[in-house]
Amino acid sequence: MIAVLKKEMFNDRIREILSYVPSAIFPAIIFPAVFLNNSGDFQLDNNPKITAAIIAMFVGIISKNIIATIFSGLASYWFIIFII
Amino acid sequence: MNNLKVFLKGIIDVSPLMIPVVPFGLIFGVLAIDVGFTPLETMGMSIIIFGGASQIILLQLFSGGASTLVIISSVGAVNSRHILYGAVVSEHLSDLKLFWKIIISYFLVDQAFARSNEYFKKNNNTNKYFHLVGGGITCWLIWQTTTFTGIVLGSFIPEKLGLSFAVPLTFLALLVNDFRKFINVIVILISGLVATFGFNYIPYKAYAIVSGLTALFVATILTKFFRKNE
Repeated sequence: MIAVLKKEMFNDRIREILSYVPSAIFPAIIFPAVFLNNSGDFQLDNNPKITAAIIAMFVGIISKNIIATIFSGLASYWFIIFII
Repeated sequence: MNNLKVFLKGIIDVSPLMIPVVPFGLIFGVLAIDVGFTPLETMGMSIIIFGGASQIILLQLFSGGASTLVIISSVGAVNSRHILYGAVVSEHLSDLKLFWKIIISYFLVDQAFARSNEYFKKNNNTNKYFHLVGGGITCWLIWQTTTFTGIVLGSFIPEKLGLSFAVPLTFLALLVNDFRKFINVIVILISGLVATFGFNYIPYKAYAIVSGLTALFVATILTKFFRKNE
């Protein structure tokens, strides 16, 4: 696509919509990995990944720090599965 | 800024995102050997495909006995988001020669895209594509070395650590700036819900592109609607 597309093909409107690409694509990786179990079934109960992802999300919103977001998520996940 | 400085800036910007890639690469290496690939085939996959999520899906389908056609289509579908990444960055790279475009498109992975796209928006120097080359090569080196280490470590890494959970956390971390914006939150929710509920029903694991395009369509409508009401 980089090779095919030309600069003139982009106006402000298309540019505005394309700025939503990360928000449109990344959740397609995040949500199934959090809400589905290993067999691909929806799992709301007894799912430590949901709690950990929510904690990570709040840490991310407050800190705006990528490493803090990831580590708070992993740390809370391990805390839930190994300690609680 | 000269080429080297932009290149180094790319390396520095993408580096924090490499931390969660490490467990992912290790897991891929371990899983691939476990499923029955040789070390050479495993390294070959990381060099040719160079995409974490699609390589993991390839392993899952292969071990589940899926046909070659389904595996190729699925890996293509999961990777189809890179068409959109390409469309986004092409705007900044349209003056480049075809040779550089081909080189850069190989390095246009999630993390490099996220960081370099931010850089491209803020900077207008003609050599700014070196940022993406720097970030991309960093991702490449980390991915290859961690795949290799995973192959070597094999069964030493306990599966119960659940390190694959670092993958959604990485993508979540990439969206932290979007959680405060109303339209982005709607787009995030639409994409996530379509992907989750379509996961088992959308054929060929095409859920990533189907949900992405659905959410982008919603973004188109929402941005138009909110502009009219301004």
